[in-house]
Amino acid sequence: MSFQGLIFQDYVFYALAAILLFAGLRVITARNPVHAALFLVLAFFTAAGIWLLLEAEFLAIALVLVYVGAVMVLFLFVVMMLDINLDKLREGFWNYLPIAAFVGVLMAAEMAMVLGTQYFSAEHIIAPAPHPAGYSNTAELGRQLYTDYLLPFELASVVLLVAIVAAITLTLRDRKESKSMNPAEQVKVMKADRIRIVQMASFKEPEEESNTKEGA
Amino acid sequence: MNAIQTDLITALPELSVLCMAMFILLLDLFLKPGNRILIYIFAQLTLLGAAYLTVNTHTTTVSYAFNNMFVHDPLADILKLMMYLATSIMLVYTRSYLSLRGMFRGEYYALVLFALLGMMIMVSGAHFLTLYMGLELLSLCLYTLVALDRDNPLATEAAMKYFVLGALASGMLLYGMSMLYGATGSLELASISNALLNGSIDKPILVLGLVFIVSGLAFKLGAVPFQMWVPDVYQGAPTAITLLIGSVPKFAGFALVIRILTQGLPVLAIDWQGMLVIMAVLSIIIGNITAIAQTNLKRMLAYSTISHIGFLLFGFMSASLNGFASAMFYISAYVLMALAGFGMILLLSRKGFEAENLDDLKGLNQRSPWAAFLMLIVMFSMAGVPPTLGFYAKFTVLQAALQAGFIWLVVFAVLMAAIGAFYYLRIVKLMYFDEAQQHTPIAAPFEMRLILSINALALLGLGLWPQPLMDICAYAIGSSLQ
Repeated sequence: MSFQGLIFQDYVFYALAAILLFAGLRVITARNPVHAALFLVLAFFTAAGIWLLLEAEFLAIALVLVYVGAVMVLFLFVVMMLDINLDKLREGFWNYLPIAAFVGVLMAAEMAMVLGTQYFSAEHIIAPAPHPAGYSNTAELGRQLYTDYLLPFELASVVLLVAIVAAITLTLRDRKESKSMNPAEQVKVMKADRIRIVQMASFKEPEEESNTKEGA
Repeated sequence: MNAIQTDLITALPELSVLCMAMFILLLDLFLKPGNRILIYIFAQLTLLGAAYLTVNTHTTTVSYAFNNMFVHDPLADILKLMMYLATSIMLVYTRSYLSLRGMFRGEYYALVLFALLGMMIMVSGAHFLTLYMGLELLSLCLYTLVALDRDNPLATEAAMKYFVLGALASGMLLYGMSMLYGATGSLELASISNALLNGSIDKPILVLGLVFIVSGLAFKLGAVPFQMWVPDVYQGAPTAITLLIGSVPKFAGFALVIRILTQGLPVLAIDWQGMLVIMAVLSIIIGNITAIAQTNLKRMLAYSTISHIGFLLFGFMSASLNGFASAMFYISAYVLMALAGFGMILLLSRKGFEAENLDDLKGLNQRSPWAAFLMLIVMFSMAGVPPTLGFYAKFTVLQAALQAGFIWLVVFAVLMAAIGAFYYLRIVKLMYFDEAQQHTPIAAPFEMRLILSINALALLGLGLWPQPLMDICAYAIGSSLQ
């Protein structure tokens, strides 16, 4: 490989790609699950950078906002709240390693044969022409989603609806002993509902007093 | 009429099912527990309405909608009608089972209808995206339904396994699709097929993509070597849900294979034929031999499903219109058998008792000769004993494979079917020649007994007069492909 024809974007791409690979590797090798999650954040962030290079600004920002901003924060919370026993998870690692490594290397070799430069080089797949300066990625994406891809877009919304229904069905339990209060009823309450005024003698019978003492 | 209106009219059955599913979801909130039966009635009416719309919009030609993402052809219409019928029968069988176990809830019916919607989209998909979205919609509903009985650890475990393996399969399918997209530059089945016809695309990329797609499809169908989830999910899920998983989605799986392999990738037929041959042979061996060792009826039927999927693949691997029609006939016959088979388990179950072990069938003839007779028909049909429907279904797929020149494979399949007959006939022996261990009378609603009887007798009737069903399948395949 020669570095003669490289332009600035290529350097940025290789730098981002190297960070992405490193972060991805650390996600699965880091001993501490919090570190692994943080490396995943780095991986997402770098991937967003690569998308920016591809002129997919909207996707890049969505990746940062949705994955880094929302999903990974939740994920970190879960990792911190759960007491994960790493030693138990690592049990049998060395036993499974030979066969897993064999299958993994085999798959990687097969994919490298096909995905190598032979078929996916720049001569086979021509890079698209860059868009003019005023081109709005977001507007274009929106137009596509609501015209050409209307059906899958609406189907995605049905899938999300089903996900909500599923989550509620599987977790909501009508608890009979629930102590939740109804604020409307609390506000409407009258004095007569809560306080009962009882007429009683101003002093107690002496006999009764002795009885209670014995009881105590 | 503008374009979007024509699109919406083409997808009228889907829209009606979607609206009714959401209506049922809302209706459930306002119903008193005593009136829940209304939801069941509305679900059945939805199926009836969708069937009416499908019949009304039926045309003998192929038309596309939503920017070529949605196809409306006779194959889609007929598969949809079969799915409505199977779903309707399933709802009849499961009603009393669910209400006895506290699962008779609005969500069940809404999720079943959403699953049906996903399957309808799959059947009508002409684009990788729509096919995939339909598949995910179906799968998500099925994962939830398996876990519906939340306090049952077996069901939860089954749901977890199903979810994880299903997600893996979806990932493989998507990866394969992305390979084909990279190679052809399109996600649309028709233009992929055209791009492949040019022959200018490098074969290794296509075959790599194809391997992932076939693996994903095999996972969803439950063919060996991707069958691990089938026995656990069938056994662990509540029987009502097993009945659902084992019946209607098979139509959608069939449609997925037809759409992707025969409409999208006919050029690669020689490649996928080889893969299907291996999977078909392994499925028949593993399914039939492992089923012999089972003592749990649901697990046994799961292995029997695997072997039936193997026979289904025999129809596909001939890669001819005749073969696809015979595969469609096979899958229709299989769904009818699965409905009746799991329906019998539901019939024999009662509150707090699941008739899921082989021993529970002992001496069924003494308890109820009619139920034993119906089970006899179902078992004979699954084994492929003439003159039942199962025999004719096996006969047609093997005939198609024979015409394609797979003589030794056909001989082998017949031998394996003979081995498989052992475990079906063992049930007949248990029912007729063993002493009954329990004498509780069978209690089931009248309509369930009636439909179950019709269902089982249909296996006999359609076996004697298979021509109408065969004609329907041949018409659907013949007028939709090519």
